[in-house]
Amino acid sequence: MAEIVHAVRSYGLIAALWIRASLAYPVSFWTMTVGGVLITFLDFVAIWLMFGHLDTYGGFTLREIALLFGVTSIAFRVADMLVGNVERIGQKVRSGDLDAMMTKPVPVLVQLCADRFELRRLGQIAQGVAVFVWAATTVEWTPQRVAVLVVALVSGVVIYFCVFVTFSTIQFWTTDASEFANAFTYGGNTIMQYPMTIFPREVVRSLTYLLPLAFVNWYPCLFLLGRTDPFGSPDWFRFASPLAALVLVGVTTLVWRRGLRRYRSTGS
Amino acid sequence: MSLIEVRDLSREFTIRKRVGAFRRMSVVKHAVHDLSFEIDAGEMVGYIGPNGAGKSTTIKMLTGILVPSGGTALVAGLEPARQRRELARRIGVVFGQRTSLWWDLPLRDSFELLRRIYRIPDQTFRRNLEDHVALLDLGDLMDTPVRQLSLGQRMRGDIAAALLHDPEILYLDEPTIGLDVISKGRLREFLRALNHERGTTLMLTTHDLQDIEALCDRVIVIDHGTAVFDGPLPSLRANGDASRTLVVDLVDEASPIAVDGARVVKVEGPRQWLSFPAGASAAPLVAQVAAAYDVADLSIHEPAIEDVIRQLYSH
Repeated sequence: MAEIVHAVRSYGLIAALWIRASLAYPVSFWTMTVGGVLITFLDFVAIWLMFGHLDTYGGFTLREIALLFGVTSIAFRVADMLVGNVERIGQKVRSGDLDAMMTKPVPVLVQLCADRFELRRLGQIAQGVAVFVWAATTVEWTPQRVAVLVVALVSGVVIYFCVFVTFSTIQFWTTDASEFANAFTYGGNTIMQYPMTIFPREVVRSLTYLLPLAFVNWYPCLFLLGRTDPFGSPDWFRFASPLAALVLVGVTTLVWRRGLRRYRSTGS
Repeated sequence: MSLIEVRDLSREFTIRKRVGAFRRMSVVKHAVHDLSFEIDAGEMVGYIGPNGAGKSTTIKMLTGILVPSGGTALVAGLEPARQRRELARRIGVVFGQRTSLWWDLPLRDSFELLRRIYRIPDQTFRRNLEDHVALLDLGDLMDTPVRQLSLGQRMRGDIAAALLHDPEILYLDEPTIGLDVISKGRLREFLRALNHERGTTLMLTTHDLQDIEALCDRVIVIDHGTAVFDGPLPSLRANGDASRTLVVDLVDEASPIAVDGARVVKVEGPRQWLSFPAGASAAPLVAQVAAAYDVADLSIHEPAIEDVIRQLYSH
């Protein structure tokens, strides 16, 4: 337990230092932040423009899609801010920085994730929040639905967190495959911005059982919207986000340990 | 019990080689092979060897970065590979060719961060900061981002950083590489003082044998992954075929001096060079020469340590 507290505290300390360093250049900080908001907002503008010709897409209205978009964006961007830098493993291996990290009394994963913490990514989270708030009017809120939303957001952050770490860890075997990881992290988030009904059944199955991103927003949002699943999945899937997150945490822990062990046994 | 105990330590790497267009062959390379040594608290040990001899691999195993494939290593009573983070609090590591400081942050911030992640008590931190910053002459550089420091400044920053938590052992990998003569001298002076005053155990790998002569009481020479010499510096000189040279300035030119236990290797007017085994004493030789010739001056040249080591490698 004390280990975990120290790890989290160290994360905070390293991140705080980088925040202070980035605020030393306020103009650059704010242009980057605002730029981040604008660029990610374009994602949603693309969907919005599409609705100039359509009333519904895959059976979903613009506001309903905005809800899906908002939930996945918030979860993804929070995870990206917290652990997105883990994708630099390959670079850290090549520069030898990873060796230096291994001689410090803080878990390597914590050091990797907190390194160059970018507060400006808050701008990208804000964009997700804005879309979500706009979409929220379409939901008839009940205490139960609020609870499912909160749980889904937390689980979603954990799920994306695991995807970031797992696919970045592959770089211990290939040294440079950050693009490969991007396909699943950024690519995953982009897919989840759309209703699953526009995809073939196989894609939805994969996103449920292989890479369970559907638990970030699709299943919980079906509950928030009071819809039945067009693919006929069991009802309890709507509340199963924490379960999916938990399974992924287990897999990620295994993959990370294997990766680090491989590094320590090859020294590559 | 010694502070560092290495027993039959081995480390193999499997390298995949391409053979022909499609076939691949695995080749096992023994980077470190049956290596054994002990280092006691307070020693200053030079760890030297040619490129690829296994120096870095050894240091990586002693710091817990690499897992050994055979044998054991115990550092401060801990097993490095298994108790890496615990060990990290008790050792300091400086890699000469790269920094473990945060590249974009000023030294002050890096030090402050280290204080907190190592949980260094305030008093210890302040004392170490004052001492090391003064001795390493870092005072004016504390607010400069690491990336703007010169190589020598950065190295001093790295060493100060590695010492903040009062490590019992300091590993230095090529600490003087790329430094100018004055910086090298000051760095060596600092390390000597550190060892004398605080009793910090030093283990350094280097290509610069002057580092060894200036700092180390003991040398371990490694070649092809195994120790080919382990002992004090003087006996490294006495080791092998190395020879010392007696330079004799005679009053008048003479034919080559004939004495037992030495042979003339060069004559230049009244000056003659006599070579004798490094293990032998010079006194009887000098007495013989002085008794038989009119000597104006004498001097003894130690064998260049480079030559001695080169001979060790070639064995």
